[in-house]
Amino acid sequence: MSDGCAAPEQTAELPAGIDLAKEIVLGGKVTADGSPVGGAYVRLLDSTGEFTAEVVSSQDGDFRFFAAPGTWTVRALHRSGNGETRVTADGPGLHPVAVSVG
Amino acid sequence: MSREDVLVTAEWAEENLGTAGVVFVEVDEDTSAYDGGHLPGAVRIDWKTELQDPVRRDFVDRAGFEKLLSAKGIGNSDKVVLYGGNNNWFAAYAYWYFKLYGHDAVQLLDGGRKKWELDGRPLSADAVTREETSYSAKEQDPAIRAFRDEVVEAINAKNLVDVRSPDEFAGKLLAPAHLPQEQAQRAGHIPSAINVPWSKAANEDGTFRSADELRDLYKQAGIDESKATIAYCRIGERSSHTWFALHELLDYPDVKNYDGSWTEYGSLVGVPVEIGPGAH
Repeated sequence: MSDGCAAPEQTAELPAGIDLAKEIVLGGKVTADGSPVGGAYVRLLDSTGEFTAEVVSSQDGDFRFFAAPGTWTVRALHRSGNGETRVTADGPGLHPVAVSVG
Repeated sequence: MSREDVLVTAEWAEENLGTAGVVFVEVDEDTSAYDGGHLPGAVRIDWKTELQDPVRRDFVDRAGFEKLLSAKGIGNSDKVVLYGGNNNWFAAYAYWYFKLYGHDAVQLLDGGRKKWELDGRPLSADAVTREETSYSAKEQDPAIRAFRDEVVEAINAKNLVDVRSPDEFAGKLLAPAHLPQEQAQRAGHIPSAINVPWSKAANEDGTFRSADELRDLYKQAGIDESKATIAYCRIGERSSHTWFALHELLDYPDVKNYDGSWTEYGSLVGVPVEIGPGAH
């Protein structure tokens, strides 16, 4: 949805119209003990720890962000616990990120 | 107003789920969250299909608002408690909207859906029906809504608070980082605006920061408390969140939300645009 600001549905498959030759996509799964965690609040923090965006992981634990080049922290909050992972994205493409909570 | 006048805690909300005269309303753009589970007894408002005019780029008019609230079973004397996902963005937008149409007995659930879920509080997927009312709204209050000409005149004259992320402010991104960057309008910000991302007003669990923390935040960012303030973002909901912080929690007397925000300003012909990190 081009005009909205709410979190779009999170899927492992990229939505149509996303050009990985141009966009930096940070995507992955939230897990606990290896099992996917849906309904986690996944926050994208910039290199200074500043909040940038937040989505809710899908039932399969999937999440995705569109970012600028840089070093990012992906932090997940869930009632079972929190966790975070750092990732550096220098250029366009899909940059995989795995976050475990608990 | 004190925090207790404009916010309710999750504890209070759970204790008052069945209280007569209190109506809980979930406001989201993606209403699938409500279908999966909502506060027991809460009705929902769909930000996109129910609060926006289907044809014009504007929100529903007074008659439309009356019809909507009547159909939802919300009466003029009801106390309305709004909550939603996205750290209450759309709930804050709806709050501003209720105030715009003169419904004073409205509060936000502090932390919204996120805090509620992280606390492990009860959710229900049961359908909710409330008896229809005949709601009567007031005329829009122009004191809290800014339009584009006023925003252009506010450059270097009033506080302009751009509440988007630093990369959107600088012109590196056109939308928040969880959305595709497909918008066509120019990137950047309104000259003389300060950048205080909406998220700085919220804790990690979605609750608002304390009044002391908020006052320090905006003063350090360069707000002149003697001047009027206009907040904007991309489409006006994140700036509703900051409008709530400035006008409702800090009691700044003259604060408007510019709901046209960057999607309008960044597409205007002939207006000044600044890129880069800004003066502050």
